[in-house]
Amino acid sequence: MTQNHSIVVHQLNHSFGSGNLQKQVLFDINLEISAGEIVIMTGPSGSGKTTLLTLIGGLRSAQTGSLKVVGHEITGASENDLVKARRNNGYIFQAHNLHGSLTALENVQMGLEVQGNLAKPERHRRAAEMLAQVGLEERVNYYPADLSGGQKQRVAIARALVSRPKIVLADEPTAALDKKSGRDVVDIMHDLAKQQGCTILLVTHDNRILDIADRIVYMEDGRLLKQPELAAIAQ
Amino acid sequence: MLGLIKTLKTLGDRTPLGLKQLNHDRMRLLTAIAGITFADILIFMQLGFADALYKSNTQYPRALQSDLVIISTQAKNFGQLRTFARRRFLQAQDIPGVASAEPLYLGSVNWRNPQTRKQTSMLLIGQNPSQPAFNLPDVNAKLDAIQLPDRVLFDQASRGSYDEMIEQFKQGERVTSEIGLRTVEVAGLFEVGASFSEDGALITSDQNFLRLFPKREAGAVSLGLINLEPGADPEQVRAELAARLPDDVQVLTKDGYVDFELNDIQSESPIGFVFGLGSAMGFIVGVVIVYQVLSTDVNSHLGEYATFRAMGFRNSYLLGIVVEEAIVLSVLGFVPGLVIALGAYQLTAAATALPLAMPVSRAITVLALTFVMCGASGAIATRRLQAADPADIF
Ligand SMILES: Nc1ncnc2c1ncn2[C@@H]1O[C@H](COP(=O)(O)OP(=O)(O)OP(=O)(O)O)[C@@H](O)[C@H]1O
Ligand SMILES: [Mg+2]
Repeated sequence: MTQNHSIVVHQLNHSFGSGNLQKQVLFDINLEISAGEIVIMTGPSGSGKTTLLTLIGGLRSAQTGSLKVVGHEITGASENDLVKARRNNGYIFQAHNLHGSLTALENVQMGLEVQGNLAKPERHRRAAEMLAQVGLEERVNYYPADLSGGQKQRVAIARALVSRPKIVLADEPTAALDKKSGRDVVDIMHDLAKQQGCTILLVTHDNRILDIADRIVYMEDGRLLKQPELAAIAQ
Repeated sequence: MLGLIKTLKTLGDRTPLGLKQLNHDRMRLLTAIAGITFADILIFMQLGFADALYKSNTQYPRALQSDLVIISTQAKNFGQLRTFARRRFLQAQDIPGVASAEPLYLGSVNWRNPQTRKQTSMLLIGQNPSQPAFNLPDVNAKLDAIQLPDRVLFDQASRGSYDEMIEQFKQGERVTSEIGLRTVEVAGLFEVGASFSEDGALITSDQNFLRLFPKREAGAVSLGLINLEPGADPEQVRAELAARLPDDVQVLTKDGYVDFELNDIQSESPIGFVFGLGSAMGFIVGVVIVYQVLSTDVNSHLGEYATFRAMGFRNSYLLGIVVEEAIVLSVLGFVPGLVIALGAYQLTAAATALPLAMPVSRAITVLALTFVMCGASGAIATRRLQAADPADIF
């Protein structure tokens, strides 16, 4: 029933380096995420969470196994196909990674410019709408340097979601934020995702936000433990 | 055509990131502009000097009025023409199409600046006072005056302090000086300008010339001026003259003679090399500064660029940002460079009496060089873009 699954990972392995220095960090990963599902992945540092996220996002190329994202197989895909695959996803990073020379509005519209199908005025209109949805209508023309950490992360969310991606990949989006803004940011992500019906895969160490998840998966030493009990014990 | 319109449309539709990045860091922008401006001024000055040198050393050849020119086969340039026998003129006059043949005498003299009493080297030109030799109206209006003994016309653009003397002359006062043992009187003023080798020039009659150069024989001519009958084809007559006259002289058209002079300067003097080297230095300084600025800029945006790539932007989009910066910098650096160079030309021209001018072609050349300069720097700087790996940003 792959049609209902927006992410299907099957027997995925991944190693860094080659020869004697080769080090396997992911072992036989199997994971299916349904469309519209919010999945949180936790686990100790160095267990391979970020690596899995970058593989799913097409930021690095998968070597063995199978990796289907919204129906497209990206194992062994060409660089050109990977670039196109990336456009289907929204990314939210620990650091906001906004462009310092662009205003909040211009940063958000970059998420549309990459699609290459909308004219500038329309891009700006939608970006402004999106910023209003994350509660920043007063700040559209601010540069990142003039925004607080929580506001910057909200701009980053707006940038990730403005093109209505099918999948949002987030890596510790609240790590750099205080408790209150961290909560706000996660709530906004949750609400918008539910509204747009997009799938979220979120890596976090932050126990306070686990409640937004439909499902929690646990990564340890490069292996995924899906059983809820195990995940619960891990907590 | 349609493709071009489409490209332009997409260009106009994209966010001008290069421009915005430059605008965001004003200090970096100013550094880059200052560097390019400096490089451009340097190049403009070098090219200007080289050109002025070429021009100032060919001003009299350019001003010649004749259709054809005869010079010795051993002639090197206007300053070192050597001499040839005057009877070549008699032979020349037999050729159909030749209307007149006149000798011109040239020599270097020491004359005493009437104002400072200092000795300086001047080019002395002796011409037939009944036949204009140069396309210089001020000279041609005074040809009667130099028929009198020991009268000379003075180039008022000569290098040195002559302002009081010129003022005196214009007030109608008598101005005299010495050449060798003879006293000469200034009978008129004209304006051509100094060259690097001669501080200035005096024009007088052929008779006066021979008086001031007792060692020179009237039969030893520096340059022959041939005027043609109306309707005669210069190239045809030139070929005929060249065939008829002995090998100790060569016959050139007026333009051919100017080229001969230019050719000599270009091949015999290090001017081309020296000023070419100077221009190249300016260019390299520009490349280094622009490269520094652009690569720092790329480096400080690597995280943002990696993010863009993660979002699905292609590498070419990032290249476009650097190219855009290079183009913006070229234009912003070139304009002040041109303006300052124009001012510097005027100052230098006033101080040195060298003919420094800004032809449009040179401005275009330097603008093109600036684009190449910034483009080259940008191309080197983009190699840093490889470091923007989207997998490294999480
Ligand atoms: N580019 C790389 N080259 C070599 N090894 C790498 C590279 N990136 C990660 N690793 C290694 O792979 C393993 C998994 O790293 P990863 O970043 O995926 O862990 P993580 O679960 O995200 O940890 P954290 O919670 O600290 O972010 C680690 O041992 C790490 O040292
Ligand atoms: Mg990580």
